[in-house]
Amino acid sequence: MLDTFVIPLLQIAVLVNAVLVAVTFLVLMERKVMGWAQARLGPMRVGPYGILQAIVDPIKLILKEDITPAKADKWVFTLAPIMSLVPALVVFSVIPFGPDPLYYVADINVGLLFIISVTSIGVYGIILGGWSSNSKYPLLASLRASAQLISYEIAVVMTLVSVVLTAGTLNMIGIVEAQREAGLWFAFIQPVACVLVFIGGLAETNRLPFDLPEAETELTGGFHTEYSGMRWALFFLAEYANIIVISAIVALMFFGGWMRPFPNVEALSFLDLVPPWVWYCGKIFFFLYIFVWIRATFPRYRYDQLMALGWKVFIPIAIGNLVLTGIAKVVL
Amino acid sequence: MTKVIDAPRRIGQAFDTDELVLNMGPQHPSTHGVLRVVLRLDGERVVDADCVIGYIHRGVEKLCENRDWTQIVLLTDRMDYVAAATSNLGYVEAVEKLMQVEVPRRARYIRTILAELQRIASHCLWLGTHAMDIGAMTVLLYSFREREFVLDLFEEYCGARLTYNSMRVGGLPLDIPTGWDKRVLAFCDVMETKLDEYEELLTNNRIWLGRTRDIGVISGEDATALGLCGPPLRGSGVSRDVRKDEPNAAYEEFEFDIPLGTRGDTYDRYLIRLEEFKQSIRILRQAVEGLPEGPVMGKVPRLIKPPAGETYHPVESPKGELGYFIVSDGRSTNPYRFRVRPPSFCNLQALNRLCKGHLVADVVALIGTIDIVLGEVDR
Repeated sequence: MLDTFVIPLLQIAVLVNAVLVAVTFLVLMERKVMGWAQARLGPMRVGPYGILQAIVDPIKLILKEDITPAKADKWVFTLAPIMSLVPALVVFSVIPFGPDPLYYVADINVGLLFIISVTSIGVYGIILGGWSSNSKYPLLASLRASAQLISYEIAVVMTLVSVVLTAGTLNMIGIVEAQREAGLWFAFIQPVACVLVFIGGLAETNRLPFDLPEAETELTGGFHTEYSGMRWALFFLAEYANIIVISAIVALMFFGGWMRPFPNVEALSFLDLVPPWVWYCGKIFFFLYIFVWIRATFPRYRYDQLMALGWKVFIPIAIGNLVLTGIAKVVL
Repeated sequence: MTKVIDAPRRIGQAFDTDELVLNMGPQHPSTHGVLRVVLRLDGERVVDADCVIGYIHRGVEKLCENRDWTQIVLLTDRMDYVAAATSNLGYVEAVEKLMQVEVPRRARYIRTILAELQRIASHCLWLGTHAMDIGAMTVLLYSFREREFVLDLFEEYCGARLTYNSMRVGGLPLDIPTGWDKRVLAFCDVMETKLDEYEELLTNNRIWLGRTRDIGVISGEDATALGLCGPPLRGSGVSRDVRKDEPNAAYEEFEFDIPLGTRGDTYDRYLIRLEEFKQSIRILRQAVEGLPEGPVMGKVPRLIKPPAGETYHPVESPKGELGYFIVSDGRSTNPYRFRVRPPSFCNLQALNRLCKGHLVADVVALIGTIDIVLGEVDR
């Protein structure tokens, strides 16, 4: 009873809350880092250095009026934000923050497959949200979202397969352990895959330079044009939770997850004083920073260009990488 | 309600697809004010585009016919409000031409300095918003940082930061403050280094190239036929710059180049405006270093009453050829007819031509590349 229900429920409660709080602070971090990149300060008014902004923003959003357009498909309109947030949170159930059972909710042997399938569901929220708004800009945005999904998802999944080949397992913990055995982060064994997955992650989370379904300056917010208040905030939470998911996956699969650098070198064992989940969160944080950094730097792709990139560049590279990995696996 | 665009047509037989009519603006983040563009789309491809303007029409031309000649300077500020000094310049020079007033050399030099500072400020705004439309938001903050320097210089000169009212018929109301010329030179030095920053972010950026190369191509002939002016015309390789062709203020005394494009696409227009920054800095340096001594106000009667006649006087505003056509009846203290040839308005005509066949995402890039100010389009 205790092991099957109580502890997992507690873990889930802690995890969900941790993720949501992390998301609000991620928004603050984004505004701060963007501010520094753009020669300004970012939020400074609420609390010291604007730290309380992370708490005030959600409160503001909850208190705002929640509008449903008269011509919207009400059920789908309500469901869409939930559909985009829930998968983003569910993914965390199979992400191990450390080697002990205390650090993960579920240890399933098809962990990676689970992550891939669940994150793909998230895009339905965007497609349906745009569709049900019954408005032209959101409609265009949801068309873009579906086109975007098929152009990067295939490449990303194929790239992940090559990592699975290298690791020999789909289990997330197994992948980390495989990196310990190899004595090398997969980022160095599979550098192409690492870059591809990260870029695909940018597309998956609708971030610049691939924020086509959102595109404030073209589609005035895209799929969430007609959303307001907390429903809009759910989309927002989903987007940022997805950013954390992608960072977590990249850190886990290519940068050794919770392991300290050089886990096989005895001389560095003093690094073990830092708990594993701190190492892991630190790595996630690094990728979150890169996400923000990219947003501050790049212009936006056009959606036909993104599809050309996906089909003509990423997929061939992904297939080539997969074949090479296979050959290497057989030969070595 | 007038029909602005043809009704959507059925385009696909097999899939039963229709065109989509999309209303972009007047409340849209990238239409640079209250421009409304009605788009007819096939998927995301633009089949037809039509501009609806007039949302901030204030009747400036008619107002000018009911104000006396000195008061009009203030109204010209309100047309192209991001390049008020050039608007002032065009108007006062037109009246001077009508009255055949001699303007002191120092005043002409300072006018040139003001106009070129204004060009830099206006191009900063253009660069920032254009990049923002294409998704590069940091450039906006950077270019506004430099625009702030220019606005500070203007504030120091005439007290205002946006609508300057900085010129008078016959000269200038004020001489420059002490040390102002030094600060202009210092600004030139700063600006030169900052230009590299913009270039680093955009010029060789793959995504930027993809978004601007071969987008909105217009040939030199077409551009001339459409009456384009300024950077959009020069981007197509037509050498037309009022500063060179019909020099006003003190431009004939300075050395500067007119950058020309070859392809006539959005990227060329971008490169041309970046080069214009550099040429403006070059003019500013020459003007400040060679600034002559003397009065800043010529001999003008207390009551300005030009002789009967008419004149057309163009100046090169940051957006293109800004012309004033003024008719005086010789009796009253206000113009008989006042008409402006606004560059934004004339350039906006090309939007339909530029947009056709491109995608929705390109429409915002094209509105940006034309560089319009709706205050000037509608007047």
